Amino acid sequence: MTPTPTPTAATVEFRGLRRTFGTTTALDGLDLTVAPGELLALLGPSGCGKTTALRMLAGFETPDSGSVLVDGRDVTRVPAHRRDAGMVFQSYSLFPHLDCVDNVAFGPRMRKTGRAERHRQAAELLELVGLGDKGDRYPHQLSGGQQQRVALARALALRPRVLLLDEPLSALDAKVRLTLRDEIRRIQRELGITTLFVTHDQEEALSTADRVAVMRGGRLEQCAPPAELYGRPATAFVAEFVGTMSRIPGRLHGGTVEVLGHRLPVDGEAPAAREVDVLVRPEDLRVTADGACSARIVATAFLGATTRLTVRLADATEVKADLPTHEAAALAAGDAVTVAPRERPVLVAARPA
Amino acid sequence: MAGLTPLTRAWRPAVLGLAGLYFLVPLAASVVFTVDVPGRGLTFDAYTRIIGTEGFLTSLLLSLGLAAATIAVVLLLLVPAAVALRLGAPRLRPVVEAVCSLPLVVPPIAFVAGIGTVLKWGPEHLSRTPLFQTFVALQNPDFPVVLVLAYAVMALPFAHRALDAGLRAVDVRTLVEAARSCGAGPVRALVTAVLPNLRGALMNAAFLTLALVLGEYTVAQLLGFRPFAVWIVNVSGSQAQMSVAVSVLSLLVTWVLLLALAGAGGRTPGARRARTAKGTP
Ligand SMILES: Nc1ncnc2c1ncn2[C@@H]1O[C@H](COP(=O)(O)OP(=O)(O)OP(=O)(O)O)[C@@H](O)[C@H]1O
Ligand SMILES: [Mg+2]
Repeated sequence: MTPTPTPTAATVEFRGLRRTFGTTTALDGLDLTVAPGELLALLGPSGCGKTTALRMLAGFETPDSGSVLVDGRDVTRVPAHRRDAGMVFQSYSLFPHLDCVDNVAFGPRMRKTGRAERHRQAAELLELVGLGDKGDRYPHQLSGGQQQRVALARALALRPRVLLLDEPLSALDAKVRLTLRDEIRRIQRELGITTLFVTHDQEEALSTADRVAVMRGGRLEQCAPPAELYGRPATAFVAEFVGTMSRIPGRLHGGTVEVLGHRLPVDGEAPAAREVDVLVRPEDLRVTADGACSARIVATAFLGATTRLTVRLADATEVKADLPTHEAAALAAGDAVTVAPRERPVLVAARPA
Repeated sequence: MAGLTPLTRAWRPAVLGLAGLYFLVPLAASVVFTVDVPGRGLTFDAYTRIIGTEGFLTSLLLSLGLAAATIAVVLLLLVPAAVALRLGAPRLRPVVEAVCSLPLVVPPIAFVAGIGTVLKWGPEHLSRTPLFQTFVALQNPDFPVVLVLAYAVMALPFAHRALDAGLRAVDVRTLVEAARSCGAGPVRALVTAVLPNLRGALMNAAFLTLALVLGEYTVAQLLGFRPFAVWIVNVSGSQAQMSVAVSVLSLLVTWVLLLALAGAGGRTPGARRARTAKGTP
């Protein structure tokens, strides 16, 4: 999946990064390696330290302990302007007093590139992000999406070894977000530049990244390609954070768990208690009409090819199940149904107190 | 305009007119009084006499020099401080704001008394030390640096407020970080990415400081120096017509300077291009 790295693509390594702000611990020993030319998404709930990690690579933040390595070289103490990292910020960050060309040419200007040469480069980059005709516009004359495109061009202008994107799409509306995220992916592949992409939108992470690193409380929870993260989450936290997951009470018997009247093999670690929660994806639940059963459909939501049913089980647990829409057509809210899990290994988690 | 009620629409010109009258009538009366001498008709005698009076040019130049120096001191002091405050210690802002407002609550008389006391240390305690020469230089009547220092303190509340308003309108942290990730060192980031976006605020701070220095009388008079405001009061004492002419003239000088400053601030390539670019589709 990883695109062929260009000669300049760098390996990035975080080693035991730790950082506290007063009493809050932003990073609590983060270890992570990004391969050359890879697009890695940093995913996690708000406040888990994604931005802090990115800012440490950019040089805006210093760790209390641990180190940041680029191609094996320790850059932890290198000031931001010598890091060779291009960054796109969450908020609009273009220089308001410069037009698009001058914004993109800002980096080359700092590196003393001649005026004609840097303007030629800027025009080329604006072409790359699809704004070749907007060079003489000022930031306030551009839409939010256009501004972020220019910011991307500006970040690429110094041919950085690493590209850092801190939720660059979060201020944009849904449609622009989709097109721009595909565009970022296209450009990233074209240039083969090692990229860290911070987001708290799991769909965005799964659909764009080569690998997704899920963070929690300043630590790495799991780092894996999207399909693996979704299909074989390493922990209950990842399982519930990525995609939809229902918790259904179950009972452990050695290596198997009894749930909804079925015995399924347990995948991964099992907690010590016998009474556990079984984690099941909506597509792994079968729902069939059965007048005698005490489970009832509470709600249905049409998602296109599939329909998502919310079902309340006899013990009042609510679970989500996806059915092909043509099958779901026969069911309606209030119907009595049976719910059965598909035969496959499942994750189990300790039942919250 | 569409949302205004007819009443508001009628009131606006009325209020504007009243305010205009309030300012213009005394001014016009003053001008008429100075140029229309009974029995001699229209004459600019009062004005030509001022320019001929001893000390006009020296005091005006002294005031301008003091104003320029004060603006430089205030901006060099405040801009880095305000930016550093935003980037590094946002929680200290109320403290700095309070400190910068102090000069407003200290009456000029008290302020002068304080300065006078400090200046007396020179001859009383320091006459044998090299510092004594510094005290002498501070009070050089050709260019009293002590006045620049005093004015810088007095201008702090106004300049600080103007700068703070400007800084509030830009995201300093993001601009600096964007510039740094584009390869600019910390100082360069400030100069190339932040300052150009503070032009309006810097102009306002300079305006207010200039107006303050040109009109300041109490401190200069009590410390025994003779900038423009003090000179005006001194020469106008006996002659009614000339004293009014001097006031009109000082008003004009201040206006012309403010307009010149505004012109210099607005006539930059960036501003001009921004204006023309707005017109293109
Ligand atoms: N400069 C700072 N001063 C104090 N606390 C900070 C600072 N920067 C980050 N923090 C704290 O560190 C923790 C991690 O912050 P960080 O910005 O890295 O989270 P994040 O994962 O990017 O969250 P979000 O998705 O909301 O952007 C948070 O609890 C935050 O409040
Ligand atoms: Mg963040």
